[in-house]
Amino acid sequence: MELSLSARSIGDRTVLEVGGEVDVYTAPTLREKIVSLVDGGARLIIVDLTHVEFLDSTGLGVLVGAMKRLRMVGGDFALVCDQEKILKIFRITGLDRVFTLHSTVEAATAGLAG
Amino acid sequence: MGTVRLAFSPAPAHVRTARLVGVAVARRAGVADAIIDEVRLAIGEACSRAVALHRRHSLSDLVEVELVAEAQFTVRVTDHAPVDTATIGVEGDPEHTDPFGLLLDTSASNAADMTNVSDEDVAVGVSLTLLSGLVDDLAVIPGRDGVGTQVCMSWPAGRAR
Repeated sequence: MELSLSARSIGDRTVLEVGGEVDVYTAPTLREKIVSLVDGGARLIIVDLTHVEFLDSTGLGVLVGAMKRLRMVGGDFALVCDQEKILKIFRITGLDRVFTLHSTVEAATAGLAG
Repeated sequence: MGTVRLAFSPAPAHVRTARLVGVAVARRAGVADAIIDEVRLAIGEACSRAVALHRRHSLSDLVEVELVAEAQFTVRVTDHAPVDTATIGVEGDPEHTDPFGLLLDTSASNAADMTNVSDEDVAVGVSLTLLSGLVDDLAVIPGRDGVGTQVCMSWPAGRAR
């Protein structure tokens, strides 16, 4: 399945819903979308991975880059993921200790430092 | 079932094709459904790594993938990039579970320290860590004639023929 991206606002939070496959081919599109959101003024971004079917190290790199960009401008970043096969990737790489992972958008919205 | 070989130009779009072919052969070889997602991810990681190495060194050589269905389902992904210390021998190394010290401090001050680390650097840093976590039987060895590297992975296969 191709990558799908959809952004919406919840108060001062921006939720980016990602679906499909995030791999070496599609990750640049995800990076461009996040960069455009940050350039457009978004500072509190939640990336919702609920509908992601495949995520590889290239996708992880983009997510790390997003966290870096936001923290450098005083923003914050959180992820939503409840799929075991995706969560396992974060655990194997140790990135579950780098990212703030939530199981629902509501929990991420409440937990993000505003 | 025997052997399937494919070779592709080092373009990201072809990694998906390699994943699809790899999973199809794995299923026919009888690899358990429970680990098919891991096989898919591992093949993708090995191929993405090869593509990244070829692109880094501006190589147009084909990336080679060999899929062998015998008692084990074995995947060999071969690149032709110059061998350096960043590309082999890191499996199981605890230092590589924390690429670029990302875990040490996630504060804003540390984020500033990470400015020299690109998204691609992070991907390369975690790629072999991910492979070593996914695949019990993994080896990254120098390629033939000392050129490139080969990622070898295998899983139990139920009905190879």
